[in-house]
Amino acid sequence: MDGSREIAGLALSRRRFIVTGLSAAGGLAVGVLLPRLAQALPIAAEPWGKEMPSAPGEVSAWILIEPDESVVIRFARSEMGQGSFTALPMIVAEELECDWSKVKAEYASANRTVREGGVYRRMSTGGSRAVRESREYLQQAGASARVRLVAAAARRWNVPQSECEARNGTVVHAASNRTLSYGTLAPEAAKIALDREPTIKTPEQFKLIGKPTARLDTPLKINGSAKFGIDTRLPDMLYAAVAACPVFGGKLKSYDAAAIKSRRGIHSVVPLEGAVAVVADRFWRAKEALLAMPIEWDAGAAGGTDSAQFRKVYREALDGPAQTARSDGDAAKAIASAAKQVEALYEVPHLAHAPMEPLNCTAHVQSDRVDIWMGTQDAEGALRRAATMTGLKPEQVFVHNAFLGGGFGRRSANDEMLQAIAVSKAVGKPVKLVWTREEDIRHDRYRPQAAVRLKAGLGADGMPTGWEIRTAVGSILRSLGMSRGDGIEPMAVEGLANNPYGIASQHIDCVLKNTHVPVMFWRSVGSSINAFVMEGFVDELAHAAGKDPLEFRRALLSHRPDFLHVLETLAAKGDWGKPLASGKGRGLAIHESFGTIVGEIAEVAVTPKGEVKVERVVVAVDSGHVVNPRTVEMQMEGGVIYGLTAALYGEITIKEGRVEQGNFDEYQIVRLGDAPKIEVHLALTGGGKWGGIGEPGTPPVAPAVCSAIFAATGKRIRSLPIKNQDLRSA
Amino acid sequence: MVSITVNGKPHRLDVEPEMPLLWVLRDEIGLTGTKFGCGIAQCGACTVHVNGEAMRSCSVPVGTIEGASITTIEGLSPDSAHAVQQAWLAEDVPQCGYCQSGQIMAAAAFLATNPNPSDADIDAGITNICRCGTYERIRRAIHRAAASMPR
Repeated sequence: MDGSREIAGLALSRRRFIVTGLSAAGGLAVGVLLPRLAQALPIAAEPWGKEMPSAPGEVSAWILIEPDESVVIRFARSEMGQGSFTALPMIVAEELECDWSKVKAEYASANRTVREGGVYRRMSTGGSRAVRESREYLQQAGASARVRLVAAAARRWNVPQSECEARNGTVVHAASNRTLSYGTLAPEAAKIALDREPTIKTPEQFKLIGKPTARLDTPLKINGSAKFGIDTRLPDMLYAAVAACPVFGGKLKSYDAAAIKSRRGIHSVVPLEGAVAVVADRFWRAKEALLAMPIEWDAGAAGGTDSAQFRKVYREALDGPAQTARSDGDAAKAIASAAKQVEALYEVPHLAHAPMEPLNCTAHVQSDRVDIWMGTQDAEGALRRAATMTGLKPEQVFVHNAFLGGGFGRRSANDEMLQAIAVSKAVGKPVKLVWTREEDIRHDRYRPQAAVRLKAGLGADGMPTGWEIRTAVGSILRSLGMSRGDGIEPMAVEGLANNPYGIASQHIDCVLKNTHVPVMFWRSVGSSINAFVMEGFVDELAHAAGKDPLEFRRALLSHRPDFLHVLETLAAKGDWGKPLASGKGRGLAIHESFGTIVGEIAEVAVTPKGEVKVERVVVAVDSGHVVNPRTVEMQMEGGVIYGLTAALYGEITIKEGRVEQGNFDEYQIVRLGDAPKIEVHLALTGGGKWGGIGEPGTPPVAPAVCSAIFAATGKRIRSLPIKNQDLRSA
Repeated sequence: MVSITVNGKPHRLDVEPEMPLLWVLRDEIGLTGTKFGCGIAQCGACTVHVNGEAMRSCSVPVGTIEGASITTIEGLSPDSAHAVQQAWLAEDVPQCGYCQSGQIMAAAAFLATNPNPSDADIDAGITNICRCGTYERIRRAIHRAAASMPR
């Protein structure tokens, strides 16, 4: 499994002229390479570390400087597309004063963090936390290493440290014109302890942070060499296909293994908790045999439920007891005594994550160790669960975390790992267990369903006097067995309870209601629901007051200069107020999530037949500061598309207790032909704020598009997805 | 036995003729750059060139392409030198990267027959799914690749 760097880059060059020309498109190959491709790659195709044998140049658990001057920086999160495999090493390199072109990044070892008292801190990846949570201690790790390298040089030269300076991977003593490289100094620096930690840089001192920087993983992702969990291949490995009971929580009643045992390559059938796996010498054979095998399920009580019923359940829950999340003034009175009342009910369905790489895990369970190859958002959590499940010590579990073929929250539960471990244990061999797309869509942990009721009063001046908002929504913590049991969870009311609007009287409450459908974190979590509700309703209020939606928000946000800055940027860049052709409309939404404010203007065209085309989305973002502006742009673009798929098409429906959709023909995804032109503008307000980036681009899309449709057609959308709405001209 | 040529190398394979080309490439030959996304030719993550034509290998039984010459992402170019790969690099297209082998193979075949495409041509011609939403950059990269190709 070693030597992958070579395979990815240099080794192939010998074959250049042999291969070129065989492909239909091969004749188009151009001979000019970008310089960095000709060098050793900054990330290995297999991104997991080599379980880190102690090396003399390891200055700390985060940084290893090799004799050839390459600087290995450990990345203690997972790369699922969000770009932090580049951003976090940039933070370390900023303080280290090393040569960025010499930086190599690799995953930190979860095994090491359990052996060394949590040396990598929190390894789980979610909540747009990578930069906001670890920037300070990564800067510190870089600064500490730099000062120790300087101290090592000063000691060698027998000069005061104050006369030495770290510069681009070397320490320089200007007075005597001497230089030593980091690679030379690292083994000595590794032995030096500091009396106190050095002061870290402030933003005005940054040289690398804030500069658009090419992603370190791109070279691996344009030639098929990047290894995802599903690409794991081990000697003697078997493959497993799995089917879980179509009704969540149901049980496996019986299966007929004899019916498939004579098929080619079939090894065995392994019953699992509420599921069954077929094991074979090839995945395709396992998958086909599983389809052919008669299986009987015990669906249980939920086997008679459907989505129409659940929709009623959530609506009715709005009239039941609720827990208060926020109460300012007397909202009921402020509404009743206002000149005008506005009321609305908003609803959203369950959504699947549907990452492009279906869930999979390769497990090798042995008596004294467990090896796991997968893409997980939480390598340490996976390791601890594997230990619990096998009865081994955490130190005996090795999680080889791969590149994640999309996560969006789905790869934080490790459901697939528990199955793979059980199968490997049963057959005594390494097993790669792969979910089909149908299994992936039908056994997700979904974005919760919700119904939200809003009431507001408008004064004689058209401005809101107060509002009441009540949400009935699935509890994620309850579904994961982590409920605090007090009836409020932050995800349920994020974006509602902490809304920024300057309205004196507000009452916001919450009813948590679960069905048998499992729910979990879905990119931007509660904000994906509540931005649609909140911003749609604010647009309704603006229209009820006869005011421009942008001016209306400006008035309600006059106490928030950061929101105003985003609105100004958006208005200028998004051509707010400029005329559009008939049948077209512009809509606006602004929402703060994960510490970042994002405003979006959508331009849509609606045909007389009711077909919607989103033509352009302009984004303005205030995350305070940014590490890599290129990543920010990419995450905003991606967040818009992810939210647009949900707004236009996204809907998981239940019939007889089971999910009706199974694959991309039934669970429609935005493609190039549906993708708007997206323009991203930074509207940074600096200060002490470092906001998240992976998720905040998603929430404003649905309300911006729906308000644009209203502007184009006069039809208000209060229930998603848009495809279910009749938008034909009367 | 089925015979095919993959990236210039002949293979004689003892597999069922029904086995889709995708699984032959990944599990028999060991070329994992071609990805499984849906299994029903919806997403395009498994796109390869079969006798020069872009095809969704998850839905091509290997027995139906006896003797064919196949190019996968690993064989598109050595050192990622193909104009499409270079454009992908310059525009930093990939996010998670999982669908990108298929996107690149689709774009390479598309440009071979549409050397100077408009946005509308690209929108109609490239139908692969990307859940990370890299479409904006895919469009730009295809234009960049078109401009860089020798005419």
